[in-house]
Amino acid sequence: MIDVIDLRKSFGNLEVLKGINITINKGEKIAIIGPSGSGKSTLLRCLNCLEDPTSGSVIFDGVDIADMKVNINIHRRHMGMVFQQFNLFNNKTVIDNIMLAPVHIGIQDLRQKKLKNLFIRGRNFISRDKKELYPITTSKAEIKTKAKENAMRLLKRIGLEDKANVYPSTLSGGQKQRIAIIRALAMNPKVMLFDEPTSALDPEMVGEVLDLIRQLADEGMTMVIVTHEMGFAREVATRVLFMDEGKIVEDNTPEEIFTNPQNPRTQGFLSKVL
Amino acid sequence: MGNFDKKLEKFWSVFYEHQGYTKVITGLENTLIIAVVGLAIGIIIGTLIAIIRVLPKYRMLPRILNGFCTFYVGLFRGTPIVVQLLVTYYVALPLLGINMPALNVCVLVFGLNSGAYVSEIMRGGILSVDPGQMEAGRALGLSYRVAMMKIVVPQAVKNILPTLGNEFIALIKETSVVSFVGAADLYVAFNYIGSNSYEFMVPYLVMALIYIVLVAIAALLVKLMERSLRKSDRRN
Ligand SMILES: Nc1ncnc2c1ncn2[C@@H]1O[C@H](COP(=O)(O)OP(=O)(O)O)[C@@H](O)[C@H]1O
Ligand SMILES: [Mg+2]
Repeated sequence: MIDVIDLRKSFGNLEVLKGINITINKGEKIAIIGPSGSGKSTLLRCLNCLEDPTSGSVIFDGVDIADMKVNINIHRRHMGMVFQQFNLFNNKTVIDNIMLAPVHIGIQDLRQKKLKNLFIRGRNFISRDKKELYPITTSKAEIKTKAKENAMRLLKRIGLEDKANVYPSTLSGGQKQRIAIIRALAMNPKVMLFDEPTSALDPEMVGEVLDLIRQLADEGMTMVIVTHEMGFAREVATRVLFMDEGKIVEDNTPEEIFTNPQNPRTQGFLSKVL
Repeated sequence: MGNFDKKLEKFWSVFYEHQGYTKVITGLENTLIIAVVGLAIGIIIGTLIAIIRVLPKYRMLPRILNGFCTFYVGLFRGTPIVVQLLVTYYVALPLLGINMPALNVCVLVFGLNSGAYVSEIMRGGILSVDPGQMEAGRALGLSYRVAMMKIVVPQAVKNILPTLGNEFIALIKETSVVSFVGAADLYVAFNYIGSNSYEFMVPYLVMALIYIVLVAIAALLVKLMERSLRKSDRRN
């Protein structure tokens, strides 16, 4: 699903990623662990090109999205991202947070189809071979209703349907992060990227967020999680990558990494955190 | 105080019986027109400049535009507004062969001038919005423009509105120099009353009071706006 090929990223003179190669297959749950500053977040952010890679490729569904010529917005729709700081839109209610992107993108697509149909009609008018119109099966109102239904369904799933019309500033960290997760889910992503989703939470709220991520994993969602929750990584991940100084030092099953780490740096790191 | 009574009488005779008040009303109108329309133009120009200045600068065009905006802002913030008025009215427009009523020139110059200040206010407002807001929008597949317009700008505006109110107050005060190019403002009106009654104490006192009241009203509006914005923060 995602192929990362010789990915490098520099900030000015500082090379943060020094040649990363990974293949992420459908259904895999990949945990990325490693000391702070090793480039974990940068790697995750390169996967959806929130940071533009300095060189190398990120092939997502057969398209090299690291290429500056592709329309990255179209591909990002299929990759959900969850941030350490939640980043709910402060100026929108909870339901509007969830509906914003699906509604905007739905309406944008509809508008583009209508525009294309207009051209085809004009062309059909003067030309003899008639081209078929794009079928228009929906309307603005329908897009909104559907997005709303879907948002409410997702809110019910996490038991926060009564928070639909409040602003994010009134929510607890755990609630914010769970809403951030379903906001990403509302786009029906093929893969979810989590950057330390529980690091900004009070300890008593870590559980509810991890439970939700675990549910998604059980449903077969492909995911990449940067985390310091070693127990969670061990339990949920199908593969663990250990990063240090901009490189993937070890790439193995959680069983192997946590009980039988091969690389001395992995051993050193785990002895400190476990 | 008998002396002051006489002064009041003289003022009143020109102000009321000799129609001085029509000039005051015109002056007041012009002051407000210049401040309000100037600020409106300033907001449009300022928004455009602020957007150009926060745009990512990978490509050539944003860089060139940015250079131009930096020059523009530096120019208008770096010179007194009287100088801008005089140069526009007596140098720039004649050289371009454009003939324009003084009032329009004032509106134009105040608009251009406040555009420079408003752009800085807006830029500050946009930069004060947590970058995570833009990132979350982009990560959902929204374009830079859409994320900017739907997420960042609305939050920036909230930070900016009270500061814009202060810019409006500054503009009201600065309009007192427009008579340099012959536009009829409050100063012109009261100066006329003074000249015709041979007595300047009361006219300038009344003029000062009018400015104080104008600014007080504007300040009150700003305060009300601030309060209602804070309320929507707490809304749930
Ligand atoms: N936008 C940036 N500009 C400059 N340096 C950055 C930027 N983002 C990250 N870095 C640097 O890159 C290195 C790796 O950061 P990061 O990927 O956040 O590490 P991790 O997530 O593993 O803690 C750090 O040294 C950090 O200071
Ligand atoms: Mg990090």
